[in-house]
Amino acid sequence: MPESGLTPELMKEMYYVMALSRALDDRLWVLNRQGRAPTVYSSNGHEATQVGSAFALRRGEDWIVPYYRDMALVLAWGMTAREVMLHFFAKAEDPNSGGRQMMAHWGSGRLHVLSTGAVVATQDAHAAGLALASKILKDGRVSVCYFGDGSTSQGEFHEALNFAAVHKLPVIFFNENNGYAISVPLSKQTVVQDISARAAAYGIPGIMVDGSDPVKVYEVTKAAADRARRGEGPTLIEAKTYRFVPHSSEDDDRAYRSREEVQEHKKHDPVITFAERLLKDKILTEADKKAMAAKIKQVVDDATTYADKAALPDPSTLGQYVYGGALA
Amino acid sequence: MAVKTFLEAIREGLRQELARDPRVIIYGEDVGVRGGVFRVTDGLQAEFGADRVMDSPLAEAAIVGTAIGAAVNGLRPIPEIQFADFIFPAINQIVQEAARMRYRSNNDFEVPIVIRAPFGGGVRGGLYHSQSVEAFFAHVPGMCVVIPSTPYDAKGLLAAAVDQPDPVLFLEHKALYRSVRAEVPEERYVIPLGKADRKREGRDVTVIGYGLMVGFALSAAQTLAEEGISLEVIDLRSIRPFDREAILESARKTGKVMIVHEDNKTGGFGAEISAVIAEEALFYLDAPIVRLTGPDVPAMGFSPPLEHAFMVTAEKIAEAARELARF
Repeated sequence: MPESGLTPELMKEMYYVMALSRALDDRLWVLNRQGRAPTVYSSNGHEATQVGSAFALRRGEDWIVPYYRDMALVLAWGMTAREVMLHFFAKAEDPNSGGRQMMAHWGSGRLHVLSTGAVVATQDAHAAGLALASKILKDGRVSVCYFGDGSTSQGEFHEALNFAAVHKLPVIFFNENNGYAISVPLSKQTVVQDISARAAAYGIPGIMVDGSDPVKVYEVTKAAADRARRGEGPTLIEAKTYRFVPHSSEDDDRAYRSREEVQEHKKHDPVITFAERLLKDKILTEADKKAMAAKIKQVVDDATTYADKAALPDPSTLGQYVYGGALA
Repeated sequence: MAVKTFLEAIREGLRQELARDPRVIIYGEDVGVRGGVFRVTDGLQAEFGADRVMDSPLAEAAIVGTAIGAAVNGLRPIPEIQFADFIFPAINQIVQEAARMRYRSNNDFEVPIVIRAPFGGGVRGGLYHSQSVEAFFAHVPGMCVVIPSTPYDAKGLLAAAVDQPDPVLFLEHKALYRSVRAEVPEERYVIPLGKADRKREGRDVTVIGYGLMVGFALSAAQTLAEEGISLEVIDLRSIRPFDREAILESARKTGKVMIVHEDNKTGGFGAEISAVIAEEALFYLDAPIVRLTGPDVPAMGFSPPLEHAFMVTAEKIAEAARELARF
């Protein structure tokens, strides 16, 4: 076993989740275009970044605080395709929010995925806070927040990194830098070339990694998590990635980037290149790959059918869960 | 029972919460070594250690945002915002994150935090050390907003706030810190949120208030009693949730209601109380509802005459109540 703990079995599992996420993602777009659900937020293109990092952590025990791009991440973390689809269709059984939140606002107490809102960078402080509790309670957990490049312009990104650095908290700030905040390119967010360079301002390590390589992402995340568990404080990781689809189903990315640019990036599609690599290294066989594809199709079909038939929330529940305790 | 100031009662309450529950932590700007700029947390870091009573970077959004995460992962944070006027950088974390967390997660997560903040004027604080911020937060379902008026209430309400598994904004009027003292039981006791206290029974006019205004109303009641006018004083103690029944019962009894707060008039909490009475007790009223409040100007002036002109005082309450009694 390599020092990082990344076994061939785990690599196969990583590929499975990446491919599942892509297939599920593709299905969401179809369902959206059929008018069966109003909104898609995609992780299409980010799969290696998200799955690679998730596998380096104690899935379900450590905390993640995702953002709306992170479907592959939550799938890697233990959310099922059915659960994603229930969320997408806003059904009562949706474990993320019971149909209360728009698609891609992940959250699960069972899985240690902290519920998220839509104002970006708020989750950075939440991850630092989760880690503050871990430090005091000595529970051995690492907390990881995920965020896009645009959100690093927010004050709370700075506040959270600074707070975590001062208190040496076991937290990883994980930036999925795809170069665009909806339509605004990184050059209009910051003159700094690399988000990871910002770590210097907080006296913490800033690590840049190729987000299309899940093994490299795994390795840097593992190192950052080990460092956090040793009590050495936070790390900022920047994974350079690319989103192959518009920001959401309401966006049209032709307005701000050329088809040539997108095609160029698709040559390095992580779902394809990782499969090729696993085949070449004889970790995966053609037969495995085919069997996985068949299973994925079945899982996506099952999730679609299941969630489609599931009950919508009862409007009489609208007033539930405003308060707890004595005021419930 | 020992006699304590408002500030000492809060400090004793905090000390007891730290002692009884290892999950309780306190942090904020200057709360550790210095013991807070008002000295509310004086001595607590020495007693409980720098992990449990800690100085944080000067960043309000991070203070509240990290408290949210810490609460989710098992702690019961009591963050301090040094002055209520400085709470606005954290308003998104409070309103959109802390207060919506239970609802948006369909009860999967809760955020048990008590945000303490000194507020209010009449202390030569000028624009940014005098504000009353309660109405912004009382508007928000999922929030609790607690505003004690006495040392006894402060300690009992603080215990209730810590017990409540939701975000509570605990507003401490700065002018009360050292100006009032009263007997406070040594042991922990809980005053439930959402229960008003009739601080004085009367028959002619009901005065409804909270925080510093309650004491002012009581002294106005004393003055007017000598003139044969009987004021009933209702202390709301918390404005979200607030005690509708106590308000309605008193309004129905006296038929004349005056609402007092230091916050601006327009959209202030008095408007909500007034609306509830109009909706549910209109035909018991013998006079229009009166709101005696801070004026609709952006903030309190610094120079004494400007500050005095802004503040609601016992004299102003007495004058307005006298007029209402004669209506």
